[in-house]
Order: sequence, then structure tokens, then C-alpha cells
Amino acid sequence: MDSEKPKKMNRRAFLKGTASAAIAGGAAVTTGCKGKGLLGSSEAFALEFQEYFKKHYRLMTQAERENTVSRLERLARLRQHIDLDIDTTGPSDAVLYGYAFNVTRCEGFMECVQACVKENNLDRKSNTQYIRIFEMEHGQMSPDQGDGKYFHMVPRQGHFYMGVQCFQCDNPPCVKACPTKATWKEPDGIVVVDYDWCIGCRYCMAACPYWGRRFNWNQPEIPEAEITRKQHYLGNRQRVRGMMEKCTFCIQRTRKGKLPACVDACPTGARVFGNLLDPDSEIRFVLENKKVYRLKEDLGTEPKFWYFID
Amino acid sequence: MKKETTPKNLISFIKDTLLWNLSGSIGYQIYLCILVCLMLTGVYGYVIQFKLGLSATNMSNIVSWGFYISNFTFLVGVAAAAVMLILPSYIFNDKDLHKVVIIGEVVAVGSLVMCMTFVFVDLGRPLQFWHLVPGIGQLNFPSSLLSWDILVLNGYLALNALIPAYIVFCHYQGKEPVGKYYKPFIFISIGWAVAIHMVTAFLYQGLPARPFWNNPLMGPRFLASAFAAGPAIISLVLHVVNSTTDYKIDNKIFNKLRIIIVSAAVINLLMLFSEIFKEFYFPTHHSQSAIYLFFGLEGHNSLVPWIWTAISINVLGTLMLAFNPFRERQVFLMPALVLLIVGIWIEKGIGLIVPGLVPSPMGEIISYSPSNVELFITIGVVGLGMFVVTILLKPALIIEKRYEDMDI
Ligand code: SF4
Ligand code: SF4
Repeated sequence: MDSEKPKKMNRRAFLKGTASAAIAGGAAVTTGCKGKGLLGSSEAFALEFQEYFKKHYRLMTQAERENTVSRLERLARLRQHIDLDIDTTGPSDAVLYGYAFNVTRCEGFMECVQACVKENNLDRKSNTQYIRIFEMEHGQMSPDQGDGKYFHMVPRQGHFYMGVQCFQCDNPPCVKACPTKATWKEPDGIVVVDYDWCIGCRYCMAACPYWGRRFNWNQPEIPEAEITRKQHYLGNRQRVRGMMEKCTFCIQRTRKGKLPACVDACPTGARVFGNLLDPDSEIRFVLENKKVYRLKEDLGTEPKFWYFID
Repeated sequence: MKKETTPKNLISFIKDTLLWNLSGSIGYQIYLCILVCLMLTGVYGYVIQFKLGLSATNMSNIVSWGFYISNFTFLVGVAAAAVMLILPSYIFNDKDLHKVVIIGEVVAVGSLVMCMTFVFVDLGRPLQFWHLVPGIGQLNFPSSLLSWDILVLNGYLALNALIPAYIVFCHYQGKEPVGKYYKPFIFISIGWAVAIHMVTAFLYQGLPARPFWNNPLMGPRFLASAFAAGPAIISLVLHVVNSTTDYKIDNKIFNKLRIIIVSAAVINLLMLFSEIFKEFYFPTHHSQSAIYLFFGLEGHNSLVPWIWTAISINVLGTLMLAFNPFRERQVFLMPALVLLIVGIWIEKGIGLIVPGLVPSPMGEIISYSPSNVELFITIGVVGLGMFVVTILLKPALIIEKRYEDMDI
């Protein structure tokens, strides 16, 4: 595959030379282009064609990564008339992300859920959410006994709240299950999905003991004004139907040194995020000084997500 | 394989098989038309699903596998069951079963085609299936059990297609097949049949996230139910062959198959009761799925009538076959087989897959039943399987009949 910057004439020539209408048409359909006829402009058509044949993200060279990013940005320009900034920042050395959730503080406002939906470009049509908040009665310990669909004023007397999302397991069963290696654990501990490599078999979903994964059953829809433009290839970039996705600890933010959107949004400070390898981090303080516990320890998945009580 | 330049070479073989397939009585033509209609129904369903994505099905983030994977699971068993004919006929040289082993193998090929089609239609992004192909894609082998399943199913398909193709081709040329060319593969295929079913069971069994599946009995129970349902389906096909073609099948064969079916069905029921005992003698938190399946939870009881029907007809079918009050009278034998097949299909299909996923790991309970699109596609896939069996079986039986007559 070629490696120059997108130029109209080149794409056309490429197209005339090699594209078979059937395959390229299929590629356009799979990646879910809508409206503007089946193929849109012939430039978009050629870009789709090249996208269809691209490699697994982990096997790409830096140049190939840059090419696919520029193709994706160009496609967004052509189809949605928006300018994206897709980033491929890798993990840093001596960083391992961890998360802690203060059960005493959370009052169930669900600001985090809204922030996550917006930050991560989650499908508004099917109301996809990575974070679930369960309302629990005192005496309960595991969210599967709680109520995940409460709809009333919070906090409610005699209840407490537990947030659940992908726990970025250190021994993730979802990764083991995937038949195409489309999902894996990055060196900084974040379990990611190469959306374009995923074939949508949903075996990982069956393998996850924490209900951490979400599937795009329909073509996701986001109002144009609400699309988060700063994206990461493995993070909040736009998905199409048939792909698996999940919480990535906001990889597009955290790899730039920011906090995940949910942590930023929480009004009660119930959410703690940080580098587990940094002895001075807040997360380390919590792990060392609070009573912490994790869900389903017996499964040996080693979640990097702890609950604690003040 | 030697190809002599007699008029009976590979080209004439292909020509003849095509001709034999196209010719036939009016009844046969109508039957083929019906199969084509079934397949078109499936195509129609798939076009809708392709446009809308899997949201055209009733699956969701909780019940993330549904009717397709249920049918896939059942059909892997049917495919594996060919071994119950291959083993006695090739290894123990059972003359009666030898006559029908080809039919068993063709049924296996048909089931495998259905299996793979079911997996394919279940994919969210079918055009990306090449990501699975070793070499151009990335197969997560040996870590992912799904990649094992893909490999063993394709291997089994190759074995079950090529061995009979070689034998039939030799017979077509009026020669005796050379043992050393195919016997080793027969041995491989016997082990392989067990493997496809064990691996498929491990697909579920290997998930600690799902206590209903994470059960060491899963593999053996898969085999037992497969060795009941598979030969039962083969018996039905034999019955059809017997009554519609001049390839006559002896009553002895039906009786032998009946014994195999009964033994396997009884073992299957035993293991089923063992599982039920474990779930209900002292119900734990992990018994929720079983309660959901047998009694319903929080008003979600869509599976309850199905599973009780399945168990009743399973028991009834087994008893009818075991005591055989009607002495091989096919009018009674066949309904008993149908009961057993339907019973196992429910119990090992939707009765196994859906409760594994409900309640979700976060305790949520929902009902699932297939959508129209899922039903259409399933009808189409079944049509495809029957079509494959028919077009392979028709020429094979003509050749076998001629070869037999030549011998006499
Ligand atoms: S919580 Fe689930 S999706 Fe997240 S890493 Fe663990 S197994 Fe994978
Ligand atoms: S759905 Fe995608 S990420 Fe999940 S197992 Fe299948 S290919 Fe892998």
C-alpha cells in the first residue's frame, strides 16, 4: 500500500487501476458510510478501499499509523464535514494506570456517566454507557444485587452507590478469548480494542465477568455538534456498527497526562485515578491507607479497579 | 489418486454428478424448488441484517449470543455424530453400516456447512472475516478457544468431504479404493469428531465469567447428546433415502442405529439430571441461570415452556426408542426420533446459550426470543444445509448403487 499524503489524482488513478467495484463497494458499506449514494465521492471510495485492507494496529509501522490516521481524518472531512485530530500516542515507561472508587462518597448523581458518553463519542441512539451506577441497600456488597436503573432524587436514605465499568483487568479473560487479537492489554495496563480489526464475534463479551464491554448493534449516531474532535486511535474515535468497544480509561486524555472524564466530572470526589508505579500518587495513598476491595477476586482477573470505604 | 485417461476421469465425474443432480422426477424438482425458496428467504433476511446491523436481531448487550449460536452448537453435534457410523463400519468392518456410512458423512458435511454459515451470519462485521485467516489475518491460536473451533471445524469438513469423495470417485471408475490412501485419514477423522465437539464445549466451559457454562460436565454431555441427536437425524435421512430412491436400506441398520441412539440418549439424560440436582438441591448464587431457565426470574420466563417441552419429549422419545413397542415399524420409529431431535435441539441450543448469558454479570435479567430476521436467516441456513446434503447424496448413491450391482 502506498504512503503519500492524500492527493485527489493519486487516489483516482489508484482506483482505476485496481479497485474492483464489488470489494470496494463492500468496504464502503461495512464502514458504514451513509447518504450521498452508496459510495460518496470517488476519493472517499478510494480511502475506504485502502482502509479495508489495512493491517492490525499493532503490526503497523509508525508511517502506516500516520497514513491510516490521515485517511480517517480525511474521510471525516469528506463525509461529516468535521475536522478531527486523531492521536496515536503510545504508553509511557513506568506508568501503570489504576483506579479507585470511594463507595462512601458517591451519591449517585451520574455526572460521570454523562461526561463519559460525551467524551468517548458513545452512541446516543442505543444509549450506550460504559459506566453503570448501582444503588445498593446497606448490607449488600456486589452490584448484581443493586438497582442499576434507579430514577429518582439521589442520594436516597439508607442506600449507597457503586460505579462499575471495565476494570482493566491485569489478567483479562476478554483478551484471551478474542480470536483475532483485536483486543489486548497495553503496557500501561489499559485494555484496548482495535475497532477496525474486530470482526464482531462477541466472544470477548461472553468472557468478561464484569460486563465491561459494549457492542455496536446499530450504526452509532451522535449529533454533529457533540462529537469530541480530539480522539485517539484506540480510544474515543468514532466506531461503526458491528464493532466491540469498552472503557479505555479515556486513553486520549490520560496518555496526555490528564484525568479521565469521569474523574474530572465527579462532584463528590469519589473517583481516584493515577499511576500505580508512582509511590507519591493519590491512588497509591488510597491503596496503602484505606480498606480496599475488588469485585470477584475469586476469578483471578486482577482488576486494576478498587473500591474503598472512608 | 491416479487419474487414468479412460472416459471415466475427473471431468466426466463432475459432468455426471451435475447431470444427475439436475435430472429427476417432478417430485424431486419441486423439492429442489422448495429448498431454493428457503434459501432465498435466508438471503432476504440477511440483506436486512446487513443493512441494519445486528440490531435487526433480538440480541443485546446482555443476551449477546442468541439463536444463531444456539443452532451452531446443536449442529456441531450432528456433524460429530458421523463418527458413530464411521467407527463401526471402517474399523470393525460392520457390513451393514458400511452401506450407509457415506450418508452419515454427507450429513456431517451438510451440518458443518450450516455451522459455519451460522457463525458467519452472527458476525458483526462479516466482510472482515479475513482477519481470522492465518497468514493474511491474525488467528489468536492457541489462546482463544474460538480460533481452535475454527481450525477443527474446517479440518473436519475437509476430512469428511475428501474421504468419501475419494471412495466414491474410485467406485465411479469401477475400482476398489486403495486402503492406504484413505484408512489413515479415517482414524484421524474419528479422533477429530470427538475433538470438534469437545472444543465447542470448551468454548463455553472455558469462561469462568459464566457459571452456568463453567461446568466440567459440559464436554461429555455435549458428546452424549450429539451421539443421540446425530444418528437420529441420520436415521431420518436414511428413511427418506429408503422411501424415495432405489437405494434400499435394511431394517437391521435402523435397529443398530436405534441402539446407538438409545444408549447415548440415556447417558445424556443421566447427566442432565446430575446437573439439575447440583443446581437445585442447594441453590447458590450461581444457580440463578438454571432457575431462570426452568422457572423464570422476575417474570422473565420466555424459556420456561421451551425447556419443559424439551425435557418431556426427550424422555418420551428415549422411552419410545428404548422399549420399541412397535418393532421397527417406521411409522412409529420416525416420530420418536423427531421428538428426540427436537428435545435435544431446544435443550442444547437456546436452552444452553441464553441462560449462560442471563442474568448478566451485573445481575440483570431480560427475556430473549429470536426476531423475524433471525428466523428467516435460520430457515435459509437450514435450506442451504439440506441442499448441500441433497446434491452430494444424489450422485453418490447412484454411483454406489451401480458399483454394488457391478459386484454381484
Ligand atoms: S473488565 Fe471485562 S472488558 Fe475489562 S479488562 Fe476485565 S475482562 Fe476485559
Ligand atoms: S468481538 Fe471483536 S474484540 Fe471481541 S472477541 Fe470478537 S473480534 Fe475480538
